[in-house]
Amino acid sequence: MANVLQTSFLPSTSSLRRTSISGSKGKSQALQLKAKIREIFMPALSSTMTEGKIVSWMKSEGDKLSKGESVVVVESDKADMDVESFHEGFLAAIMVEEGGVAPVGSAIALLAETEDEIAEAKAKSQSSSSSSHKVVEEQPKQIEETAPDVPAAAAPTVSASKTVALGSAAHPASDGGKRIVASPYAKKLAKELKVDLGTMAGTGPNGRIVAKDVEAAAAAGIVAASPAKPAPVAPGIELGTVVPFTTMQGAVSRNMVESLSVPTFRVGYTITTNALDALYKKIKSKGVTMTALLAKATALALAQHPVVNSCCRDGNSFTYNGSINIAVAVAIDGGLITPVLQDADKVDIYTLSRKWKELVEKARAKQLQPHEYNTGTFTLSNLGMFGVDRFDAILPPGTGAIMAVGASQPTVVASKDGSIGMKNQMQVNVTADHRVIYGADLAAFLQTLAKIVEDPKDLTF
Amino acid sequence: MHSTSALSFSQATSLPTTNYAFHSHSAVNLRFCGLRRQAFGFSFSTHSTSTRLRLSTRAHSYKISASDGNNGTPPKSFDYDLIIIGAGVGGHGAALHAVNKGLKTAIIEGDVVGGTCVNRGCVPSKALLAVSGRMRELQSEHHMKALGLQVSAAGYDRQAVADHANNLASKIRNNLTNSMKALGVDILTGFGTILGPQKVKYGKVGSTYTLVTAKDIIIATGSVPFVPKGIEVDGKTVITSDHALKLEFVPDWVAIVGSGYIGLEFSDVYTALGSEVTFIEALDQLMPGFDPEIGKLAQRVLINPRKIDYHTGVFATKITPARDGKPVIIELTDAKTKEQKDTLEVDAALIATGRAPFTNGLGLENINVLTQRGFVPVDERMRVIDANGNQVPHLYCIGDANGKMMLAHAASAQGISVVEQVTGRDHVLNHLSIPAACFTHPEISMVGLTEPQAREKAEKEGFEVSVAKTSFKANTKALAENEGEGLAKLIYRPDNGEILGVHIFGLHAADLIHEASNAIALGTRIQDIKFAVHAHPTLSEVIDELFKSAKVKAPASTSTSSPVTEPVSA
Repeated sequence: MANVLQTSFLPSTSSLRRTSISGSKGKSQALQLKAKIREIFMPALSSTMTEGKIVSWMKSEGDKLSKGESVVVVESDKADMDVESFHEGFLAAIMVEEGGVAPVGSAIALLAETEDEIAEAKAKSQSSSSSSHKVVEEQPKQIEETAPDVPAAAAPTVSASKTVALGSAAHPASDGGKRIVASPYAKKLAKELKVDLGTMAGTGPNGRIVAKDVEAAAAAGIVAASPAKPAPVAPGIELGTVVPFTTMQGAVSRNMVESLSVPTFRVGYTITTNALDALYKKIKSKGVTMTALLAKATALALAQHPVVNSCCRDGNSFTYNGSINIAVAVAIDGGLITPVLQDADKVDIYTLSRKWKELVEKARAKQLQPHEYNTGTFTLSNLGMFGVDRFDAILPPGTGAIMAVGASQPTVVASKDGSIGMKNQMQVNVTADHRVIYGADLAAFLQTLAKIVEDPKDLTF
Repeated sequence: MHSTSALSFSQATSLPTTNYAFHSHSAVNLRFCGLRRQAFGFSFSTHSTSTRLRLSTRAHSYKISASDGNNGTPPKSFDYDLIIIGAGVGGHGAALHAVNKGLKTAIIEGDVVGGTCVNRGCVPSKALLAVSGRMRELQSEHHMKALGLQVSAAGYDRQAVADHANNLASKIRNNLTNSMKALGVDILTGFGTILGPQKVKYGKVGSTYTLVTAKDIIIATGSVPFVPKGIEVDGKTVITSDHALKLEFVPDWVAIVGSGYIGLEFSDVYTALGSEVTFIEALDQLMPGFDPEIGKLAQRVLINPRKIDYHTGVFATKITPARDGKPVIIELTDAKTKEQKDTLEVDAALIATGRAPFTNGLGLENINVLTQRGFVPVDERMRVIDANGNQVPHLYCIGDANGKMMLAHAASAQGISVVEQVTGRDHVLNHLSIPAACFTHPEISMVGLTEPQAREKAEKEGFEVSVAKTSFKANTKALAENEGEGLAKLIYRPDNGEILGVHIFGLHAADLIHEASNAIALGTRIQDIKFAVHAHPTLSEVIDELFKSAKVKAPASTSTSSPVTEPVSA
């Protein structure tokens, strides 16, 4: 039997009750409903326990709880125990996530009496989550008074479901988009990464959403860019504070850590860009951008070196991608997104340029569709506009290579005939997954790329 | 007859009188690759037990029903002493014991020796689970790292895995066949049909039949996977355990209908091989057959962290196999409101909704026996009961076909029990002493009552129930293996120390249960068994701790002939 912890659920508002329920006692304004939000504390499961680890939440935020129902599994120094709810209500906010550790007596979740109070409780959890530790030190198992009125500032930060901007995508596998078809693991991941499946296009069989779609969506990060989220711009940063990651930043963090499991290496190359610059000047008026030109050149080089466009999904095989889709990293408010130029080797430079403009506009408006940011097979990252001459990029999980492009700068160059001249040169540096792409592959690819850039007539067909 | 049985063999009361040695049957120890049951709840009616009627096989005072007489008179001399219809684990167990007791024995098999367990059940599934267990371990980078091991990406060859399962089945099948041949059991090939009392015909369908007679007949025809109506099994994308064990493909996403033993074990196999799984369970909780607490823990370990989701409280009312480029389509209907709730589109569906007795064509109508949902009705001595509620003389039914406890080792135990009876020794099997195991990683095992069952019984009979628990987290060996996840639970009577049930979830739980099942079978009380010594450090200490942590009021019995005379310091 799981032990019922009588002390773990305590009313946080001592006297405020729904007036409609408590009869006509006190105030007569029947309509003024006051919240009754209880805190769920980390229980003391043994005499020696000082802190507990949340093994798993058996309920999710918004779930209804009945009295005696198991809510959370806590690991103590001795064993795992189920903790049951001592009250009825709705699990409004989880304050300590699975895997998190909390001292005995600190609040780990909030329980709202009615569904309407969930939002309020959530707001409260955000305003009080940082202070929960203090509570312990004062009085572990005491009734904690909480202001029933939500501070206006904290109110709108709720939003568990983001992705308003993404619009809806039709699922081939669902009844005209009415139903979401996602694999069990995709659903689990979506919950974990807080990605909304409703806004995602699936790439699995029959258009099913599979785990990699969710991962891609989370990696793309857009997800978290909900309109309500304040942009973490420099002036807004309060020094001396610890600011938890936003969902997008969390996703980026996870991806970056995940990238450590890929054995990468780097190969650099210096490319003379005089011819490219000349071409750019000539066709700029037709709407061609430098990004499109670079993407096009890269795509043409990749067409000759399919292995550099491949990736390693399972640790056992090469996945040779059917098309060359160049993802280009773009900084946006509070993060990064990689709009994708699909079939960049086949599409002509003018169309490619128009497409790029369209993607950038969409990215700024946060309206990119999933296939427009998660289908890249090779990534370009350009910091040349800041005057950076060379840098090193981290390989996004699920792809084989990424190229870091520095600024093209006038350089004094000695040529083989002994003359010294001024040439525009840029340094590129490719990071690749050595499980599939070897040094010689990259070297040959870069040589081809340099040839294309130095003699760019093919770029315009 | 009935009165005698009620007297001493009500299943739950394990009287000290059940503590009889199983003497003079050395052949029973001929174990078959673990197929034979390990713990018997034998309670012999010995001559010294004065309260019981003495029984002799030759002088059974059966009531012969009118219908029996219509089927001709029984033959005077018999071809065999015992004929067993069905050469599964139950039939095999009975045959071996019968030979050992000096009976001229024949076994009729219409398919292949070994039955479901060996060919399409426990045996090949253990081969797959052995693979899944290793895969799981090798894939758990965290686990490996904690042990200091480095393993590069683990992979598998589907065909080779399937071959391993198939090879194991044929090896065990050959062992079974050879063991029976060596002992002189006649293996008669064909389907057996009962013609009348002590008369059976057998033969291949469509060819001629041979008539044989036997003094006693045991029906041991087993079961087949049960497929609810509305589900179309095509053997490729909508499959039963029969097909799944061949492992012809590993689907990306498989729905498993039913979350009992079979479903759970397959979820373990499929997720280890890279599939994602959706459980469809008609009841409100997953793993309905298990002790609730064990079920909860098992769900936390075996389901939640894996690539598994589930729908509970729903029936899969219609399942259409994949065809014309469409996936498998499953319609879910709410179990209570009967409203259609959801539709799933998956790559494959495994129907694991239980098993149905295989009793068609047995000729039961010839002896006026009506099956109940296909099961052959029997009394507690496995004697077949006819439509009028009378015993059918010389006819027994064991194993899945009688539905008492659908486990291979239970069938075998029932068979041995029947042989004991027909050779002149009354015997009733205590089913509460039969352990059961689910070979997931980690394993689940149990014997006796679940906690709710025990509490219900306690309320009815007016005794107190206590529960003791120990964690694998505190076990040295489990921690050495880095497998501290697990729980053992003992349900007992604090007044007299009787073990009512033991449930284990953890590393090698299936092997650990036998200490408890043997104790129940032999009527050993906690206050006595707690003095037994366990080697250190072993997983069995989890059970040792369990017994030691029980608070029994009764003192240790002094009359026990236990070799341990002094308490062992813990």
